[in-house]
Amino acid sequence: MKSAVLVFPGINRERDMARALRLMSGREPAMVWHAETALPAGTDLVVIPGGFSYGDYLRCGAIAARAPIMSAVCAFAQQGGLVLAVCNGFQIACEAGLLPGVLMRNAQLRFICRDVYLRIDRSDTPFTRGYNAGQVIRVPVAHGEGNYIADGETIARLEGEGRVVFRYSSPDGIVEPNWNHNGAMNAIAGIINERGNVLGMMPHPENHVEALMGCTDGRGLFAGLVDHFKIAA
Amino acid sequence: MKARVTVTLKSGVLDPQGKAIEGALKSLGIGGIVSVRQGKVFEIELEDAARGDAEAMMKSAAEKLLANTVIENYRIEVSG
Repeated sequence: MKSAVLVFPGINRERDMARALRLMSGREPAMVWHAETALPAGTDLVVIPGGFSYGDYLRCGAIAARAPIMSAVCAFAQQGGLVLAVCNGFQIACEAGLLPGVLMRNAQLRFICRDVYLRIDRSDTPFTRGYNAGQVIRVPVAHGEGNYIADGETIARLEGEGRVVFRYSSPDGIVEPNWNHNGAMNAIAGIINERGNVLGMMPHPENHVEALMGCTDGRGLFAGLVDHFKIAA
Repeated sequence: MKARVTVTLKSGVLDPQGKAIEGALKSLGIGGIVSVRQGKVFEIELEDAARGDAEAMMKSAAEKLLANTVIENYRIEVSG
């Protein structure tokens, strides 16, 4: 699996992401600066990592979404290329129109930095094939704007088409308001696009991939992606 | 020539920041407040151009970057 990690000014999770990709795929990911206009030839997976691109100026992800490299990323996604967008990456993907909706200020107005439980609603995507549907994983979140909203029609479409992949839940997989840390509509933590090749999620699976991190629940996502490309090859 | 682009949240979109400001104003004893919604104002200096052209340019700026039209409305005023 040849991956490319985008780097914008103010991003700070790109090295965690690169480390997880290297560990799980055995290949060094390419780090791609935002001012580039093309992705490295043969890229299988584009990752938009977390952080605070452009200091969250204007709106989270708004300025990064208009960076030169994003035209290449949108074209790559249109051709069916896989894009994984985490945290600020999810905000950038929404601002770039790769995914519907917006990530608003957390409902309780606080930055949340803690482990959360995610229920995996689908295991038949390239991103979640390493898990079972209904499985609950523990991963960290660190965000002030993770409260997913979209208009009623969009939410109905996402639900109707089974495009909500991760939801904030209890450790037993029960979705209820007190486990929905940021107030996201329908406890949405991660969604895929219509074609199923772009995943946006607020939590950080890349931070739970090694025993020394205290948990390895995030490995399944990367292991699933590696498998996906092995089988495709 | 100057333009002012005002960006506000669409009605129905929850505005937790506006709510917090509303609470703070009320706790200051400022009476008569029903609700507060927070928005943004961009003051943009333009090269001289025909008013219609300037307005069209600002519309494109608002659509492409200044506002996220999923959740926000914008208003453009050109003067000078």
